[in-house]
Amino acid sequence: MLEKVLKGSPKYYMWLAFLGGIIGVGAITYLFQLKYGLALTGMSRDVTWGFYIAQFTYLVGIAASAVMLVLPAYFHGYKQFKKIIIFGEFMAIGAVIMCMLFIVVDMGMPQRMLNVMLHPTFNSVMFYDMMVLIGYLCLNAIIGWKTLECERFQIAPPQWVKYLIYTSVIWAFSIHTVTAFLSQGLPGRHYWLTAVLAARFLASAFCAGPALLLLLLMVVKKIAKFEIGKEAIKTLTIIITYAMCLNVFLFLCEVFTAFYSNIPGHMHPLHFLFAGTEQGLPWVTYWMWIGAVLAIASLVLLIPTSLRENMKILPWALGMLVLATWIDKGLGLIVGGFAPSPFETWALYAPTVPELLISLGIFGVGAFVVSILWKIAIDVKKEAGTL
Amino acid sequence: MYNSKYVISVLVIFLAVFSYPFWGNLASKDYTGPKLSLPADQKQCIEPVEFMRSQHMTLLNQWRDSALRDGKRVYVASNGATWEASLQKTCMSCHTNKAEFCDTCHLENAVEPYCWTCHVPPKGNE
Amino acid sequence: MKRSRRQFLKVASLSVAGLGAQLAAGGMTKAAAAVKPSYKEDALALKAKRWAMVIDTREFASKEDFDACINACNTAHNIPQVPGKTEIKWIWKDAYEHTFTETTNKYQSKEVEDREYFMLCNHCENPPCVRVCPTQATYKLESGIVAMDYHRCIGCRFCMAGCPFGARSFNFTDPRPYIKDINPKFPTRMIGVVEKCNFCVERLDEGKLPACVEAAPGKIHFGDLSDPESEVRKLLEENYTLRRKPALGTEPGVFYII
Repeated sequence: MLEKVLKGSPKYYMWLAFLGGIIGVGAITYLFQLKYGLALTGMSRDVTWGFYIAQFTYLVGIAASAVMLVLPAYFHGYKQFKKIIIFGEFMAIGAVIMCMLFIVVDMGMPQRMLNVMLHPTFNSVMFYDMMVLIGYLCLNAIIGWKTLECERFQIAPPQWVKYLIYTSVIWAFSIHTVTAFLSQGLPGRHYWLTAVLAARFLASAFCAGPALLLLLLMVVKKIAKFEIGKEAIKTLTIIITYAMCLNVFLFLCEVFTAFYSNIPGHMHPLHFLFAGTEQGLPWVTYWMWIGAVLAIASLVLLIPTSLRENMKILPWALGMLVLATWIDKGLGLIVGGFAPSPFETWALYAPTVPELLISLGIFGVGAFVVSILWKIAIDVKKEAGTL
Repeated sequence: MYNSKYVISVLVIFLAVFSYPFWGNLASKDYTGPKLSLPADQKQCIEPVEFMRSQHMTLLNQWRDSALRDGKRVYVASNGATWEASLQKTCMSCHTNKAEFCDTCHLENAVEPYCWTCHVPPKGNE
Repeated sequence: MKRSRRQFLKVASLSVAGLGAQLAAGGMTKAAAAVKPSYKEDALALKAKRWAMVIDTREFASKEDFDACINACNTAHNIPQVPGKTEIKWIWKDAYEHTFTETTNKYQSKEVEDREYFMLCNHCENPPCVRVCPTQATYKLESGIVAMDYHRCIGCRFCMAGCPFGARSFNFTDPRPYIKDINPKFPTRMIGVVEKCNFCVERLDEGKLPACVEAAPGKIHFGDLSDPESEVRKLLEENYTLRRKPALGTEPGVFYII
């Protein structure tokens, strides 16, 4: 089916070339970072994880969200999702590849990355993170490819695919739980040291991922005349809405615990993120408030059924949701973990231009992977008449 | 065979190019190997020359693990002599000329060990 | 020749694989038949089951008092003097409210409040940094020291996120230009690895006390916490001491006499 990648409209080639350009810029910037070190980023001794790890955290959620389609379709027999599952699985592949790339560019010694496998450390969450990400990538690639191939030849997929699918359901939950465990077991980082972090991660993933998927599918609808299915959109938006409500609720639980207990360790990070310090408001405070407003606004547009089912309003609601979750779970989460520092001081962090260019390059890689995989899926479905 | 003219001729050219390392230097001088500048005072290294030539990197890795992870910094050589397991303090105390000893062989063999980004070579060589 | 091209390729690749395996096996047995090495500890090495440090903060008043220790460490270990927020420090000083964040007191004695306090790696008994390191580049020795192998560090900085004391530094750039006088007896580190105080394990292994202890005799005490007769245990019995962030359960090994 790979041959589908090579035949397309001029716009398709221009899009890939454009992405190639972005990837090239990112790659060249990365060469500078390899030479001069992570000093090119905005990180410092007190803020040792930044934009890269923020994107990794967010994208693991996007990758895991494929399970929100797989679970209803395969475990509960909800046929309306079966049409769009392949797009979810392929998006998950793109997201996992981006996750891995973000980790690689964040490492001080990427040439030694195989040390994690050469010296397996069973008490380290990061070891498990590497293993489950690789496993999830393989699972989605095999399942996606096999089911698409079978759809092309109009036969039922073989039995073993079913077992892989059930494995992928559990695996999807686990990849994001493991990523949450990276942060939530660290004794010195009070913003992250909460049992609810894993639950928050899953809730935010299960609204952001499907929302992003729906938005991208709406784009595909315009380009390839692809019908997502009214039922599918209805059910998916309901899932998204509930997940976002849970996400916001869990965050408000955090706020309550922090401010009702009045414990400085709990309050300080939230206070920094939303009210700054005595020295004033850092950029991240404006950032977080924009995220909060967008989150509430997206819920206002998603909860009432008439607004949720309005196809003109829905893309805006989904876009705001994706942006809000990106702000909260991306840079907001990471900056909050390092504020205050272990010395109760406030170290300010902002991503630098090289950092952003490299990140853009990696997003380009993700977009490239998703573009070519979705092109294959669309063309195979056209050929099989199931578009 | 179809196109036998082209297949045979290209095959012959390919074999000729591929076997160049074997016949290319027939006319030139014999390869003598790198000229090393050996330490003036010591005649015997920690282990015999053949072993050191092929195994010094393995030995250094074992030294690293023993010194850093086991706390055992004394190496008992095969002839019973004891040495401190330290690249800088032991090896470099005799092999004081990095450029004319270490680098000569490494350059010839296109080996680029990055030990020296951390380990300090003896003064007067850089 | 009745044999097919496919059969020819099968036989040819098997022979090449067999030849290659033989060569490789020959090379490996040659290496294994090499010298059988053995290693032992230095006879002078200082030994302990749990190294710990007691800092008498009353004895440190002037800038010179602090600098003696900090400079001793910096010169012994080739610590680069990187300016700004990407600095690297193994031992440094700071104010009370930055050091003892769990025992802040608005009405603290002014003298205690104005004093400065050393900060360094606490060589905890339950180190979170060791727990999170994915390659065992940081690990605990049997002597209680939390050590680092810079050859293995991949620079993921998980240990820095895990350390509640901010004891670790990262080489954001090449450190060599920032080292004034290189000590030829100790290596530097390279770009992209994390580093921290190592309780001078290389000095302990040749019978010497840590550089900062030697630079401040009678002010910083060092010894084996598991030995009831040691100097540090006696000091802990006779004086009230604080540790940094004890509620986190990491069991730091650096005590401060206030």
